[in-house]
Amino acid sequence: MPMITYREALNQALREEMARDERVLIFGEDVVAYGGAYGVTSNLVKEFGEKRVMDTPIAELGIGGTAVGAAMGGLRPVAELMTINFALLASDAIINHAAKVLHMFGGQMSVPLVFRMVGGGGAQLASTHSQSLEPMFAHVPGIKVVMPATPADAKGLLKSAIRDENPVLFIEHALLYRVRGEVPEGEYLIPLGKAEVKREGSDITLVAYSRSTLVALEAADRLSQEGIEAEVVDLRTLRPLDIETVLTSVRKTNRAVTVEEAWRTYGIGAEVASRIQEEAFDYLDAPIRRVAGVEVPLPYAKNLEQAAIPDAGRVVEAVKQLFARTAA
Amino acid sequence: MEASTVAHIAGSGLDKKTLLNFLHQMLLIRKFEDKSAELYARGKIAGFLHLYNGQEASAVGAISTLSEQDLLITHYRDHGYAIARGMDVNRCMAELLGKATGVAKGRGGSMHFFDASLGMLGGWAIVAGHMPLAVGLGLASNYLAKRQVVLCIFGDGATNNGYFHEALNMAKLWKVPVVFLCENNLYGMGTAVHRASAVVEMIRKAAPYDIPAERVDGMDVLAVRAATAKAVEHARRGDGPYFLEVVTYRFRGHSMADPILYRDKAEVEEWKQRDPIVIFRARLEQEGLLSPQELEQIERETDELVVEAVRFAEESPDPPLTDLYEDIYASP
Repeated sequence: MPMITYREALNQALREEMARDERVLIFGEDVVAYGGAYGVTSNLVKEFGEKRVMDTPIAELGIGGTAVGAAMGGLRPVAELMTINFALLASDAIINHAAKVLHMFGGQMSVPLVFRMVGGGGAQLASTHSQSLEPMFAHVPGIKVVMPATPADAKGLLKSAIRDENPVLFIEHALLYRVRGEVPEGEYLIPLGKAEVKREGSDITLVAYSRSTLVALEAADRLSQEGIEAEVVDLRTLRPLDIETVLTSVRKTNRAVTVEEAWRTYGIGAEVASRIQEEAFDYLDAPIRRVAGVEVPLPYAKNLEQAAIPDAGRVVEAVKQLFARTAA
Repeated sequence: MEASTVAHIAGSGLDKKTLLNFLHQMLLIRKFEDKSAELYARGKIAGFLHLYNGQEASAVGAISTLSEQDLLITHYRDHGYAIARGMDVNRCMAELLGKATGVAKGRGGSMHFFDASLGMLGGWAIVAGHMPLAVGLGLASNYLAKRQVVLCIFGDGATNNGYFHEALNMAKLWKVPVVFLCENNLYGMGTAVHRASAVVEMIRKAAPYDIPAERVDGMDVLAVRAATAKAVEHARRGDGPYFLEVVTYRFRGHSMADPILYRDKAEVEEWKQRDPIVIFRARLEQEGLLSPQELEQIERETDELVVEAVRFAEESPDPPLTDLYEDIYASP
């Protein structure tokens, strides 16, 4: 299987879906000549022309609304909002419109569209360009929220997102674009709403998504050296949430720690922990711990930024504290 | 605030049947709205209810220019557009009463009328939020070579919103077949135009985007029709967007909750002298196109349609509770 980057995997997914379905078009900020702020749409215009790869003004209200309208008009737009921070401007179109059309108008019309954007921090872009706002969007019924951690998932999930009949927020991570991994060529689909066990283990479940999955995997390797075998569950899709895969794992390991870059309060970990205690309380041998972003705006200075984002060390520490507590 | 009157009946190029149908539609809208107000007062209709009295000539004149495959997308004061586009008044009334037979299965209410089969794509309640949707619909029309024109209707209040400016810029940039129709009824909710907008003539707001624009008397159904026909033709030809300012006036409050403290009665009375239905009826009579018998027939038919709509709505079932979980996501 070819080893390619997360960026190349996304590009491959876009290229394949555009070739497969004429109704798929890409539009967004700097997707044509620039090739996308993170290079994901690079070279697509050469193959598909400017009718199907369109630059937009830097106008997220307009991009968001135009995407919804284009989907209602029979297209399957993949709209690039550049970053999740800018998606705040498009959030009216996403939450008040995209998420409502099917239901509010009596089921007459759905809006098949994908909003692509980068989220997360760690690139020293300071507080307005480094946020993990996915819990805000994952809160809303009517949209799907997808956050791939690996190149293969990036491809398989993006292809499924483009074929989905619903509005999908596809959130990439800036620090993953250069990560390489094995990616199947050609038709490769991963269903939305399915988590995956990325590493098996018997002693504790680490629940993560996006780049935090890699953090959890690194932590699991380090824990293994100390005799603790962690199972890593990658949620992959935040809404709809595949809680069953998490519960199955927790019923086996009897302990869980969640890992996320987003702020702890009202976060994804809060939801997962709540669901675990509601549905698998009797299986728990210890409280559920959350490792999450420190609740501050992300600073620019490297040392401060790093201190605010979960790393493997913090995950290892949280796990060891849990074991220390239950051993005592 | 005087606007030009461009058409006379003699020069309208419309046959008698079409002209009488305009009167029929305007009367039906007026009576539907009056009945809705009554049902709201009796507690049968809840939520926000924004009525269209006084603005009927705009909906009827403008929408009459659309062909079957064209699309219509509007703001939330949407009953008039729905009726002018030929939506079933029974199901419209059922929507207001929150019934299963409503145009949106009782989920949307007054502000969210929708009928995909007629290209009436809502009924949107975030001011100006539907304007880029119109651009997206126009983009799809061009992309799929459908030659569909999109008529996007909004109020003067929407023109002060960022959505308006982003939508107009993109529309011109991409030459989409969208007719932007601004109903300037002189108030955004309770705030007079001059208190909210740095420019009180809405057509001037199309100029920065180099979009051709025209201002028209919104109390004259034939003037609205003539101007919109020109705009629609422009868009269908592939010449891009067009902007219309339709100067009109709403006779009732912003919504049924509005005590109307912000405008004086003399102003309202003055505009009521220009009631678009009264004016049009008088013109038809002057031209010998409307006999007392014909008028009586139209009055009777429209009365009956509204009575029947209320009966249908009241006798319709509430949505089943199982409907609560339907249509959150579409199946693949």
